[in-house]
Parts: sequence; structure tokens; C-alpha cells
Amino acid sequence: MSIFIDRRTRVITQGVTGKTGAFHTRLCREYANGREAFVAGVHPQRGGQDFEGMPIYASVTEARAATSADVSVVYVPPAGAAAAIWEAVEAGIGLVVAITEGIPVRDMLMLRARMRRREAEGHPPTLLLGPNCPGLITPDEIKIGIMPGHIHRKGRIGVVSRSGTLTYEAVAQLSELGLGQSTAVGIGGDPLNGLKHIDVMRAFQDDPDTDAVIMIGEIGGPDEAECARWCREHFSKPVVGFIAGVTAPPGKRMGHAGALISGGADTAEAKLAVMEECGFAITRNPSEMGRVLEKLLR
Amino acid sequence: MKIHEYQGKQLLTRYGVTVPRGRLVYTAAEAVQAARAIGGKRWVVKAQIHAGGRGKGGGVKVVDTLEAVEDAAHRMLGHALGTAQTGAGGQLVRRLWVEEAVGIAHEHYLAVVTDRASQTLTLIGSGRGGMEIEEVAAREPSAIVRVRVDPLDGLSDADALRLAEGMGIEPARHTAARDLFRTLLACYLETDATLLEINPLVETTDGRLVALDAKFDFDANALFRQEDISALRDLDEEDPLEVAARQHDLAYIHLDGNIGCLVNGAGLAMATMDTIQLFGGKPANFLDVGGGATAGKVTEAFRIMLANPKVAAILVNIFGGIMRCDTIAEGVIAACRAVDLRLPLIVRMKGTNEDLGKRMLAESGIAIIPADSLAEAAERAVAAVAGRGTAA
Repeated sequence: MSIFIDRRTRVITQGVTGKTGAFHTRLCREYANGREAFVAGVHPQRGGQDFEGMPIYASVTEARAATSADVSVVYVPPAGAAAAIWEAVEAGIGLVVAITEGIPVRDMLMLRARMRRREAEGHPPTLLLGPNCPGLITPDEIKIGIMPGHIHRKGRIGVVSRSGTLTYEAVAQLSELGLGQSTAVGIGGDPLNGLKHIDVMRAFQDDPDTDAVIMIGEIGGPDEAECARWCREHFSKPVVGFIAGVTAPPGKRMGHAGALISGGADTAEAKLAVMEECGFAITRNPSEMGRVLEKLLR
Repeated sequence: MKIHEYQGKQLLTRYGVTVPRGRLVYTAAEAVQAARAIGGKRWVVKAQIHAGGRGKGGGVKVVDTLEAVEDAAHRMLGHALGTAQTGAGGQLVRRLWVEEAVGIAHEHYLAVVTDRASQTLTLIGSGRGGMEIEEVAAREPSAIVRVRVDPLDGLSDADALRLAEGMGIEPARHTAARDLFRTLLACYLETDATLLEINPLVETTDGRLVALDAKFDFDANALFRQEDISALRDLDEEDPLEVAARQHDLAYIHLDGNIGCLVNGAGLAMATMDTIQLFGGKPANFLDVGGGATAGKVTEAFRIMLANPKVAAILVNIFGGIMRCDTIAEGVIAACRAVDLRLPLIVRMKGTNEDLGKRMLAESGIAIIPADSLAEAAERAVAAVAGRGTAA
């Protein structure tokens, strides 16, 4: 098993004709079960055309009706990305993976408010992963996003992170140690996002094929601490924790819009302390994430 | 993106918020003229720099005579103003805002922010105006009222009342306060602000609500649709290297150490800095070249890092996922030749086409210290700097 996605998942790509969307859709289709998994693209003006043999529809609703896909991945440029996500939500998509970097905060604020209201009105919930994230991968089954497929190995370790390249770092360390991954999830570096560490940890807890997890966080925001506190009560598997940004100065955005120290509680040291208190095996050396996890499993 | 106080006040004026009458000046003579034109018997002379904490640093003076206006202006203009937020050297004062001093009956604090946890707008109010809100939060947390506002619903009358009461605003002004709260929420959303802070918001002796300060921060990702706001940018207030980096689509933050870092990805860039510190060194910068680095972009990144005279070694750490290691190797080689690099260069490359990239670096004839892991790279960078006798 795995979390969120597996070989049966069917995916629609929004923004498939753009440079980034086309490039990564190609790589996703070449990965494992990708040919069968990626069933349609969406472009408002190019319905009826195709992308390398994959049909393009004018809307997510049409694409979903034609393919019964339940996941959509969004590469639409920032100015229209929130509207594209909302289109997928209204079409009843179960999981939207938003890769786009640079969506205005106000657009995300309004989108999240609309998603809350829609759910309160009784519609089935849509999970949102991202934005500004690498996506997620269940090795040897399906890859949805921009991570390099070849560093992954199938296995029983979960990985969750706000940062793309730091996720790859953890995955590569695990693979080199012969520890494969159940699913690796990048939740993204924006201040307002969908799935948080805690949501992904819940899913790892319920997954019988995940034995342990590497959880990677960053400075800024309350999410990692909140997740660690939840884990203390509810998470039964070993966790290795790392937080990037011990050296980051307060008040400066470190590349990610969400990586900003604004108070005392969202520094790397404060988060590491909470994680340790909650029973995580923390490391301050990102080169050691894999080895620390290996030790825990012994 | 931050703006000056006077720009914030002008923006608030457009939304109908009352601010003291004032003028922008560049010389002491203009300051006197401004005070005369404004009239009255008391004025406030305020240094316009982006950093906060100006009052404690001597950048805000209340004066009773035109001579004192001139004197205050002389002391501020052309001098560096140091505050808790400026760094050691302070920030050069180039312009002043001269305004009427209003009669203050009570000082409050009011801010609009976006709350990450609840993903709503949040109004933060307090009856303890004029102090740092962090100080109030630490000493007297009960003096701070927070009201969450769903942006689809807006601020309810009941919540507005709760906030006004919590701030200790006179009941006679509760309706005016409610209208002000709603105006500020509209201003915040329409301008794509990420912070709107008024400290202090005062009740005057003649019964008005007046914003004595205005601090804005705007979402850099939304500037493409905020032409008026973008025009308020003051590059003099920003680090020149950070400005240059932004022009090349690089995320760069200047730090105090001496090991320059060039990394792809924000998380990995922070982790690289952290690892340098773990091994006893100090990073000179944060620099994320992003996912689509070209040889040209890597060269620009080298130029920006090397413009910092403290840099004594450079550490390149790339996890080639989609970006191939051979592309990065090409960029590093081109950059070394273009800038004639004479500092120790440590390169750690991992991922797609790793072997090809390493071979290209080895065959380039450039003196490169290779490393296999991030830890090894950091260790070697720290050793290289120590070897040059310039360890931070």
C-alpha cells in the first residue's frame, strides 16, 4: 500500500501545454505506470486536441466525465493557478496537486475560504497538496509532480517535507542505504497551503505498509510543532525530524514565501525542541537523516 | 515589499482613514516651510526609513518651535539611523515626514494579518498602543484581542464590537471603529498586503480616531497586478545585492559569515547554511538558484556572492533532479572563468548525470575541491576558510 496515490490512480493535468507542464507530464508518463495513470490534459482553448496521444479537454469537468480521473495536477502559471485549483474542486476531484510557485497569498486565502464553505455545505472534501510543492510519488507505481523518479526505491519508509530538494536529499540517502519509500510527499513552501505535515502523518499512521517516517520542516509557521504534538499522542511509528533554517535571520524570507521567522515559536530551534520533546529522533545534520532512521529500525 | 510610513499614510488617506496633516521634505529648510504651512504649535518630525523602532533610535521628534523643527531635521537628514531592525551600520535618512502633532487621549494598537494556522484574515487589537506588540504579548497577553475574519463573510458587527471593547475604545466611537476595521480589511485585501499595522491608532482629545503610523508589507508574488504599489518601491532601502539577485530571478539574502553558498532549492539552501554552522563555519549568504538554472544564471550568482568582500570560499551544493549535474558543471566552469575565481571552491553535486558533471569539473583544469555529501562539503569549506586564516 501507500498513501494518497497508487497504481490505480488516474490523473488529469491542468496546464499540460505550457513549458513546465509539458516537460513534467512527459517524465511522469515515462515513470512506472505513468502511461495508464495520466489520462487527460485540460486547456480551455484546446479541447479536442491531444498531448502526445493523451486527449485534451476544455474543462476539468469534461475531462473527469470522460476518464473518471480522481486526481488533478496543476502547472497553470501563478496568476490563474488558484482559479484552476477551484475549477478542479468544483469538478469534484478528490486530490489536487498544485505545483505552481508564486501564487499570490490573497488568491490562496480566498480559495481556502471557498473550499471550507463548500465542504461545510456538504460537498465531499477535496484534498489540496501544495501549492509550490514538488508533488508526491509512490515508487515503482506512480509519480505526480516534478521530483526525479530515478532516486526513489520501493519500500516502507514515508517522507514528508515542505522543501523539494531537501526531500530528494532524504530519499537519496534512504535509497543508498537500501531503504525504499512507501510514499514521498512534498507539501510545499507557501504560507497558505493545503495538506500539512499533520495530515500526511495521519495517513502514514493508517498505512500498514509504512514502518517509519522522515519528517522535514522549515522555519516559519506553527505546523511542525502542532504535528509533533499530535504525533506524541497518536503516531506509533519511529520518526526522524529535521528543521531547516537554524542559521536563518528573523524577518527575512528564505526563498520560500512561508520560510519567515516572525515570532519566537517558529524558529528552527524551537521546532526541533518540540519535536524532541514529542519523541522524534531529531538530527541537526541533514546528511544524517537516512542513517538516523536506519538506527531507529534496528 | 515594504514602503515608507508616509506612503502608507497616503494610501490610508485614499481609503478615507484619518491621518495627521503632513508633508514630505528632503531638506531642513523644506521642513520649516512644511511646518509653517501645516500651522499649529506642535509638530512631529519623522525619519522615513523602512526599519521599525525609529522612535527609540531618535528618528521621531515632537517639537514646539520652527527652530526645533529645523534642528531635528538637521540631526536626522544625511545621517544613519540605527534601530533594532537596521543592523549595526544603521540606515541613511534621505527624507522626512513633518506632520501636525495631534492631542492624544488614548493610544491603541491595530493590525491586519493573514493567519497561517486558521487560513483567515485576523485583526489584532490592543489598548496598549505605542509599544512593541511583541513586548505586550510577552508581558500582558490578555491585553491583546484577536478576531478572525472569514474573507467571504467579512467582519460581523458583533466581532467589531468585541474588538473595539477589547481595545478599550470609548463607546461613543464604537461605530467609527467598526467602519475603520472594515476599511482596513478592504485596503489590506485590495492592495495584496501581507501586513497592515497601525501603532499607535489614537483617540484624539477632540474625539477622532487617527492613524499616527502606518506600516505595510506587500506580497511580492502579487506585485504583477499592483502597479500603484510597485511604484512605491524604494531601492535605496534594500540591500543592493538582494536587488541585483532579484533582477536575475535569484533568491539571495546577505548574511554575516564568509562562506558563500550557491544551492538549488530554498530548503536545501537553508540546510546547507545550517550544516556549515554545524561544522563551525559561518555562511555569507543564502542563495537559491531555483530549478531552471542556466550557465548564465550561475555566473550571475557567482558575481553576486563575490561582490561581498567577506567571502573567503564558495560552496556549491546542487541536487540535480530535473536540472542535470552536467548543466550545473558547465555553469560553474563558465562562471569561474568569467569571474576569474581565486577563492577555494567546494562543489557537491548529486543526482541526474552526476558522474558526467564530476568528470567535466575534473577535466576543466579549475581547482575544485569535490565533496560527496553535504556534510563533507561543509567540512571542507570550513577547513578551506580556516586554512586561509580568515575563519569567521
